[in-house]
Amino acid sequence: MIKVSNLVKTFGQTHAVNNISFVVAKGETLALLGTSGCGKTTTLKMLNRLIEPDSGTIEIDGQNILSQAPELLRRSIGYVLQNNGLFPHYTVAENIAIVPNLLKWNKAKIETRTNELLEKLHLPKEYLNAYPAELSGGQQQRVGLARALVADAPVLLMDEPFGALDNVTRSKIHAEFKLLDELKRKTIILVTHDVQEAFLLADRIALMDKGQIVQIGTAAELLFNPANDFVKDFLKEQHLQLELKTIKLGDIWQYLPADGRRINTSQLAANAGVWEALDTFKFYPRENINIINQQTREVRSVTFDQLMSAYSRFKNHVPHE
Amino acid sequence: MFRMNEHQQTLMEFMRQQSDKLLVQTLQHIGLTFISLFIAVLIGLPLGIYISRVRKLSGPVLGIAGILQTIPSIALLGFMIPLLGIGAKPAIVALLLYALLPIVRNTHTGITGVDSNVKEAAIAMGMNKWQVLFKVELPLAMPVILAGIRTATVINVGVATLASYIAAGGLGEFIFGGISLNNTNMILAGAIPAAMLAILFDFLLSLLQKLNFRKVKGAVKIAPVLLLILSCFYFIPSAYGSKLTAGFTPEFMGRQDGNLGLVSKYRLKIHTIVISDAVMYKAAQEKELDVISGYSTDGRLKAYDLVVLNDDKKIFPPYYAAPLVREDALKKFPQLETTLNKLSGLINDSVMTELNYRTDYLHQTPERVAKDFLQAKGLYKAPQQSNGEVVRLGSKIFGEQYILTNMYSMLIKGYTKYGVETKTGLGGTKIVFDAMTNNQIDVYPEYTGTGLLAILQAPRNVINRLQSSKDSTYAYVKAAFAAQYKIKWLKPIGFNNAYALMMRRQQANELHIKTISDLNRFLNTK
Ligand SMILES: Nc1ncnc2c1ncn2[C@@H]1O[C@H](COP(=O)(O)OP(=O)(O)OP(=O)(O)O)[C@@H](O)[C@H]1O
Ligand SMILES: [Mg+2]
Repeated sequence: MIKVSNLVKTFGQTHAVNNISFVVAKGETLALLGTSGCGKTTTLKMLNRLIEPDSGTIEIDGQNILSQAPELLRRSIGYVLQNNGLFPHYTVAENIAIVPNLLKWNKAKIETRTNELLEKLHLPKEYLNAYPAELSGGQQQRVGLARALVADAPVLLMDEPFGALDNVTRSKIHAEFKLLDELKRKTIILVTHDVQEAFLLADRIALMDKGQIVQIGTAAELLFNPANDFVKDFLKEQHLQLELKTIKLGDIWQYLPADGRRINTSQLAANAGVWEALDTFKFYPRENINIINQQTREVRSVTFDQLMSAYSRFKNHVPHE
Repeated sequence: MFRMNEHQQTLMEFMRQQSDKLLVQTLQHIGLTFISLFIAVLIGLPLGIYISRVRKLSGPVLGIAGILQTIPSIALLGFMIPLLGIGAKPAIVALLLYALLPIVRNTHTGITGVDSNVKEAAIAMGMNKWQVLFKVELPLAMPVILAGIRTATVINVGVATLASYIAAGGLGEFIFGGISLNNTNMILAGAIPAAMLAILFDFLLSLLQKLNFRKVKGAVKIAPVLLLILSCFYFIPSAYGSKLTAGFTPEFMGRQDGNLGLVSKYRLKIHTIVISDAVMYKAAQEKELDVISGYSTDGRLKAYDLVVLNDDKKIFPPYYAAPLVREDALKKFPQLETTLNKLSGLINDSVMTELNYRTDYLHQTPERVAKDFLQAKGLYKAPQQSNGEVVRLGSKIFGEQYILTNMYSMLIKGYTKYGVETKTGLGGTKIVFDAMTNNQIDVYPEYTGTGLLAILQAPRNVINRLQSSKDSTYAYVKAAFAAQYKIKWLKPIGFNNAYALMMRRQQANELHIKTISDLNRFLNTK
């Protein structure tokens, strides 16, 4: 668990971080979201003491990190940089082995662990002796992730890890990221200015502005219960898409027609978003989709028009809108 | 009747004949280059790292290193003598100062140029500052640092040729010896290996620089070892012991009426180092040297309280000094010969010594000394209006020649309507004589001994036939120059020009050394 209280950092006249407090539960992923210069990176770097705070406290698992030796602290926190920060003079294998070597692991252990990670991250073994410059951007980012994960640190800090990738590669890595078992047990703080990414990957989102947290909560809370106009405006541009992704088929279950299953149609689980259902209709516009409620084993079948009308009836009944 | 050297020696023959010396000088040269480079790396690398941490200091440190770089090499070597004496120490320090700038600057550039993302990643993974330095910053800065070391090496190979000026050896001995002895082969025997060393080391370092990361790790580890081995070259040749140390000019070393005669006639065995005329007297006074070669009329004899050792076996024959003039200049300027001859017979040995003393020790300008003398003799006349025709006077780089050239200039301006252009400070014999044969100058003062031995390079049988007589030598060179070069020796000025061995008066008295044979006896007693 990470507990940050009243963190302040000023650079000359700039109040980069101005009294920030939050808690991240064990195994939770928190996204720090906000426009450029709002203090995301500064906040993140104070967590592994790349930057020392002016005031405030940071506890990880009840320990005040400011009283620990910084080098030892950092070896227990994984860190992924925006431009990957791989050592250009080290091979992929050597890059991954940096922290294990600092921790004085033996060779065999390093090798086993490296191979395990390469497999999980879909990196071919041939790349072990390649230099970073010989890899594509996506592969470099995967190596950067492997380097941060190799020592199995309980905390992972990521500063715009997918910022430098093209859209297609980014979507692919997003999908892999969600499935990676290594990440499921970690406490992760992810810095991003991409709203979609925050909504997709994070359990909770802290929306920041001018060195302060404006609102912290789940995607649905930010979307349907914005604290102020800043939050509303920040999400406005992509509001519909975010909404369709945030609202699950299960949420609109009661408005769906209570027909039984049809045969030979596509199927979706009720915990999928409305967006996914629309995506499916894109390829089979005249068909029905069977939606399966895993808890009750009940199945409801909808056409495109039926889905849209259920969605709008749900929207009319959502409170605070 | 005037035979050229029966056989013109080729460069290869010279190098083969002098291969011992060539090897020693080359090793000394490599040694000097790399000892200083090694120390420069030891100082420059940490300094460069330090100023990349404390950025405030980078401006001043790089500024000072830059200023050191602009001090002319000869001047820097000169500054070193009072502090460190002569020989290897001052030469190494001077070279080291030159090598410092490229190394410090490139280390600084290399380290500050390391991608800040990579550095941050290193810190974020838990490296301490030494691990960041040795595992990240230095390896990534290495190509830039190597480029600096490469520059420093090439500079050092070049500047090390000047080390021979202060008796530190190296290939400069051949180069500057060749210039004063008018021996092209000797110059090339020094210059070609020096150039090849520069090219070779530059090439080898460029290979090291181009190695990729995979191989550079090993190469960087063997580099210091290699540097140390190369540095050791300097110490191999100079394991040598003797009671007294002699310092001789390159010209003296190569002349029959110089060191060659000392060895063959006196069988003198003394630890000898080669040194430039400009610093030799100073080094004798500072007790860096005990015996030096010089001219019997040199003003510094008196200035530094030195005594001339009696040449009891007569190997230093006296020679005349006289103006040399191109024959076509004598035709073009009909009054020139009589004007220049006005000085003939007026300056004897003691007068010349006195005049030299006034410039060398009292630091009066050659111009003033020349004018005072002409006025005292009633020869001085105010300059006339020039008619536009210009006589070109030359001189070698030392006081006596400056004084004579000034006198000639005043005489020509006072007694004729010719203008005068002086080109003083023309290096050694080869440079000034080449200037004359190439029609760059019309007149300069020369010595018949130098004409005979250095310019004509007369064969042994001719030298024996002349029997060290100054008049027969004068007659011989006069005829030979006219036939070979169309250059005329005018009337002798009067004073004798002869080599002499000198010691500090106090030391000579203590050791009871009055003659060269005394010196030899002293050296041979255990
Ligand atoms: N080392 C520093 N010195 C001075 N000012 C700084 C420093 N680091 C950050 N700042 C300033 O502090 C503010 C917050 O910077 P920070 O890097 O935390 O922003 P960010 O939210 O990460 O922005 P971005 O999305 O552009 O990365 C900015 O105004 C920035 O200019
Ligand atoms: Mg940032």
